[in-house]
Amino acid sequence: MTGTRAVARAVARRSLIHAFTNPALLVPSIIFPLIFLLAFAGGLSAVQDVPGFDFNGDYTAFQFVFVFLQSAAFGGVFTGFGIAADFESGFARRMMLAAPHRSGMLLGYAAAGMVRWCVTAVLVSVAAVLAGMDVHGNGIELAGLVGVALLVNIASTLFGAGVSLRAKTLQAGPLMQIPIFVGLFLAPVYVPLKLLTGWIHTVASYNPITALMQAGRGFISGAPDKSLLAFACGAAIAALMGWYALRGLRRAESGL
Amino acid sequence: MSHDGITVNGLVREFGSRPPIRAVDGIELQVQPGEIYGFLGPNGAGKSTTVHVLTTLLPPTAGSATVAGFDVSTQGPEVRRRIGAALQEAALDNFLTGREHFELQGGLHGLAKPERAARAAELLERVGLTDAGDRKVGGYSGGMKRRLDLALALVHRPSILFLDEPTTGLDPQSRSALWGEVARLAKDDGVTVFLTTQYLEEADVLADRVGIIDHGRIVAEGTPRELKEEIGRSSVEAIPANPDDHDAIEAVLRQFGEPAAASPKGVAVRLAGGSESLGQVVRALDGEGLEVAHLQLHAPSLDDVFLAKTGRSLEGSEEELAQEVVA
Amino acid sequence: MQREALREIGMIAGRSVRRTLRQPALIVPVVVFPLLLLAINASGLDVTKNIPNFPADSYLDFALVVTFMQGGLFAATTAGTELANDIETGFLNRLQLTPLRAPAILVGQLAGAMCVAFMSSLIYLAVGLLAGAHVAAGVGGAALLIVLAMLVALAFGGLGSIIGARTGSAEAVQGMFPLLFVFFFLSSMNLPRNLIETDWFRTIATWNPISYLVEGLRSLVITGWDGTALWRCLVTAVVISILGFLGASSSLRTRMART
Repeated sequence: MTGTRAVARAVARRSLIHAFTNPALLVPSIIFPLIFLLAFAGGLSAVQDVPGFDFNGDYTAFQFVFVFLQSAAFGGVFTGFGIAADFESGFARRMMLAAPHRSGMLLGYAAAGMVRWCVTAVLVSVAAVLAGMDVHGNGIELAGLVGVALLVNIASTLFGAGVSLRAKTLQAGPLMQIPIFVGLFLAPVYVPLKLLTGWIHTVASYNPITALMQAGRGFISGAPDKSLLAFACGAAIAALMGWYALRGLRRAESGL
Repeated sequence: MSHDGITVNGLVREFGSRPPIRAVDGIELQVQPGEIYGFLGPNGAGKSTTVHVLTTLLPPTAGSATVAGFDVSTQGPEVRRRIGAALQEAALDNFLTGREHFELQGGLHGLAKPERAARAAELLERVGLTDAGDRKVGGYSGGMKRRLDLALALVHRPSILFLDEPTTGLDPQSRSALWGEVARLAKDDGVTVFLTTQYLEEADVLADRVGIIDHGRIVAEGTPRELKEEIGRSSVEAIPANPDDHDAIEAVLRQFGEPAAASPKGVAVRLAGGSESLGQVVRALDGEGLEVAHLQLHAPSLDDVFLAKTGRSLEGSEEELAQEVVA
Repeated sequence: MQREALREIGMIAGRSVRRTLRQPALIVPVVVFPLLLLAINASGLDVTKNIPNFPADSYLDFALVVTFMQGGLFAATTAGTELANDIETGFLNRLQLTPLRAPAILVGQLAGAMCVAFMSSLIYLAVGLLAGAHVAAGVGGAALLIVLAMLVALAFGGLGSIIGARTGSAEAVQGMFPLLFVFFFLSSMNLPRNLIETDWFRTIATWNPISYLVEGLRSLVITGWDGTALWRCLVTAVVISILGFLGASSSLRTRMART
């Protein structure tokens, strides 16, 4: 276990230095959530005037939750890109040959992804507060929101890792981005679930990300809703992605 | 009046300012029609910049040059009609097939559709790419790309061909094949070839005349043989099979020339009669019943010429001009 | 002389189209992604039709033109990336060594982008109509919609070409994408300007030329023949096209130093 921790620490440290010293890597992961917050909260605020839009807060808070979770999800994707880039350059191979406990590498990448996301999360939160976001949740409830987002981040990081460990190339980028993008947008992004109509209502009802999003909105509005279900979904997805990533690691090892 | 040669007078090309970098610093040369002229020099010497100026891709800063009788500065379109060029990068589109490249290049050179197809078939066969002609270039090997690049440079039947380090990165077989094609172009088709290279062997084997360039200036020019003879004759070194025969071997070798530097166990002389007298040396040693463990002929190389002219070796040279900036 | 120039433009445009069609990975950003977003947004934001004074009967009608705009965004990055790739690989040198006229390189690339915009616009329109969208301006309006979409592609293609010619780097062109993305979102793309409640957002959208492009295209779908919206869209597209073309030509001229 000591060896695993040491490997994780080394990998995380390197990932973070690489991310924070390369603006081309850092800036998009910060800019895009801010753009979505601006565009949706600023441009679509009239949507909350639609009859039946029940939410204990303003539209900025409603959209903030989506953007918060979206930034967590894409933070994981960017970590996946980093792993793929390491394979393309040959560096991942070098790490795998050197590391006594290779599962530590996964832990390291995941830890780095979480730290990177925390920076984005703080910036997005500050932007939302400055925009006058109306928050009704208390400290514990807001911690719950962060907890949901962390689960999303871990799950998407492990998913991205699983794809990268198999494909070993940045060309697999769309394979990481598209499922996560689609998964996020097939949830109640713009309006509560009950206001969705047609096929998207059916899809969103079964989409586990809906549970996470609803729980997040419940936390921020001070009216927690199906929180346990959300955490259970998040934990289950994270566990599944963990298995997927470990299988990917074994495959990558067999190719050494 | 046009002729298929190249004349360069005091050519200068600078880049940037404060202070400007002189990539080409007053070159004078003349290439006769039908000749293969080798432009030899290390990385950053100014070879590619010279080619870019002569092919009208860059205007000169000072001096003049005519290619096929037309001024490169003021008659660019006329020059381009008569030249073909395969530059340092193969410059191909990975999403087009070989044949489609001919279609595009031939079309842009004004060839009619039937002629483009015929020319494509002819040139693809010549460079051994007929079977690969309908495959996308992205799937070609490095050698195949170079061959296609050369073939494309010939689509409009130019009288002058510029080749900028055409065999860099190729395996020995592909290199040899390309040399064969270049030699054939000059000998059979009368194409004038201006070839830049950093490989001594390439200049030695292919070129009728060689210009050696360093830091933007020509430091030596002539046929490969003339250049090598200019700096010295061949030497022979013998290492005796029996150390006791050292003095006897030395006495035999002294008949053929003056002493030269040798390894600790060996004897060496500079051959007064050149490398042709090696056979006589062997017969003389055999006649005296002397056995040698090792007999080596050291012929001067173009690297020796470069060393003599610049004080540096061309092969393995790490020094580069501050920048060879080519747009 | 004119026939020669058109022939050259046609050859470069043909190459551009062939390249795009041979990259299956590009089908996603050109076709799949815009239509996917349309499907999601049309359903997800359908309730907005209940907002008082919402100008359309369905959000599908309202949002259909966003796909055409995304096609234009694609044209920007493709035109710029192709030009940058040609500079990076030295293919531009190859073209310069032929009698090809310098403007034909740019016009050809942009013509290629417009051809791709034409093909993708047909797909967007067909899928939109199959999904139940209705073009208020009729068949003529639908045809004009395609033409304007091609003009939008020309406009954005010119902008992308400026970056491509100036930098010679495909990465730099890709890096422009977030900036254009921001402009897209800070417009009346998702809601009409009069229904944007946030003052600063509405102000930005009013000054943002993208709003006029979107509104002009959209007017053909949800209103019919709205002269004001159409001339604003046309003028905006033409101005951006001219600026883009002049900027790209100037940058390319600096790069193409041939005598």
